[in-house]
Amino acid sequence: SQGIIERDETTMEKEIAGLHRVDFEFSDIFYFCRKGFEAIVEDEVTQRFSSEELVSWNLLTRTNVNFHYVSLRLTVVWVVGVVVRYCFLLPLRFTLAAIGITSMIVGTTVVGQLPNSSVKSYLSELVHLTCSRILVRALSGTIHYHNKENKPRKGGICVANHTSPIDAIILTNDGCYAMVGQVHGGLMGVIQRATVKACPHVWFERSEVKDRHLVTKRLREHVADKSKLPILIFPEGTCINNTSVMMFKKGSFEIGGTIYPVAIKYDPQFGDAFWNSSKYNIVSYLLRIMTSWAIVCNVWYMPPMVRKEGEDAVQFANRVRSAIAQQGGLTELPWDGGLKRAKVKDTFREEQQKNYSKMLVRNGSIG
Amino acid sequence: LSREDFQRIPELAINPLGDRIINAFFSEGEDQVNFRGFMRTLAHFRPIEDNEKSKDQNGPEPLNSRSNKLHFAFRLYDLDKDDKISRDELLQVLRMMVGVNISDEQLGSIADRTIQEADQDGDSAISFAEFVKVLEKVDVEQKMSIRFLH
Repeated sequence: SQGIIERDETTMEKEIAGLHRVDFEFSDIFYFCRKGFEAIVEDEVTQRFSSEELVSWNLLTRTNVNFHYVSLRLTVVWVVGVVVRYCFLLPLRFTLAAIGITSMIVGTTVVGQLPNSSVKSYLSELVHLTCSRILVRALSGTIHYHNKENKPRKGGICVANHTSPIDAIILTNDGCYAMVGQVHGGLMGVIQRATVKACPHVWFERSEVKDRHLVTKRLREHVADKSKLPILIFPEGTCINNTSVMMFKKGSFEIGGTIYPVAIKYDPQFGDAFWNSSKYNIVSYLLRIMTSWAIVCNVWYMPPMVRKEGEDAVQFANRVRSAIAQQGGLTELPWDGGLKRAKVKDTFREEQQKNYSKMLVRNGSIG
Repeated sequence: LSREDFQRIPELAINPLGDRIINAFFSEGEDQVNFRGFMRTLAHFRPIEDNEKSKDQNGPEPLNSRSNKLHFAFRLYDLDKDDKISRDELLQVLRMMVGVNISDEQLGSIADRTIQEADQDGDSAISFAEFVKVLEKVDVEQKMSIRFLH
């Protein structure tokens, strides 16, 4: 993606230590100053938390940020588009979604009444798949699955990049997974309670999420049982705008077991799938999705990975992340997705300070 | 924009001089900066074009002249805005840049040596003129400019 400024990539070492010197000079400040201003004009991180800018307009007002009034004809076309989307597509999709959700709740509750048996698992899979397919149609989703031979198997953990809550439906369209997530209230809660009777999803109470060991323990138990469905986890922890992959939380990679990475890339021309949760709530988000042209995306299943000898969870997480980013054509960023809401940790600043100090001490003849 | 808005930029928040840079946008006693003020501060970083030098010799100096860029950097050091960089001010800025990694004595001797070298009128503080003299060989234009891509 093109930047708007020419960034000077000279490292701290080259710029400060390279030239002089004794130790400190007044000009040292220029490096930090310029870096700071470059960050103010355009930084790598905050732009990932808002929707991707399109190169050419796709006739949706919401992506009209950079485009101006062009011609009467275009406006007419746009009006026709609005009519089609809101009066024709939206009711259709809404009906389908309603059918999908209702059948999901009813179906899983019915199946949940059965005693545990292979028939139950079969029926549960059937219900989940069917309802998932209905829901995907409700969003006019066109999904291309690549490398289906690498589809996640039982007893494994499926790991994917996160762009929106729809990611889960897109993956369950093609296979059954055990979901992991927080227990919600409202309609979501009803769905969660219904589905867990039919299929062993792992829903956490909010209080439990904070206790990481408990979470890891439950997941470990699930994975150890090879007959259980693969777990679906989004290690970024939050929705990113599908141009990059941010830091993966290492918790998912400490559980053990085989990791099946999956890369999901949406085509932004047809609709923006990114959920900017600070700007839109879930209802207005779904409304936007249902009034887009379509959701077109590519899903790549990748060969399974396991943690190597001597590799710790963080390195493993980074390795998986690189593979996903490369496959999906996304850039990798070492920043934490949590920066959407929280402030950056002081350790990064301390690292910069440490580097600078090293330069002073190394070059200098300090007393 | 408020100070908190700037601090939400991660790359700026981890910059050791981040707070000083953010401060440069806000005038005395103000907690908000509007777009105009924002532009005025950013204007210091416009690259210097050759054809501007001959234009308008009688008008006010443009914000991105070498002298104004240097003045901007000078203000980053001059914490109390008295147009002098005292030993204490230099120490404070140095402390921001090195964190906890260098002892007070070492930092003190660095500050002393720097002031000694630059100070010409013997007042143990650096005035703007002395600051300019020290940096006369430095390519300020290149270091303090940000180019926009077309």
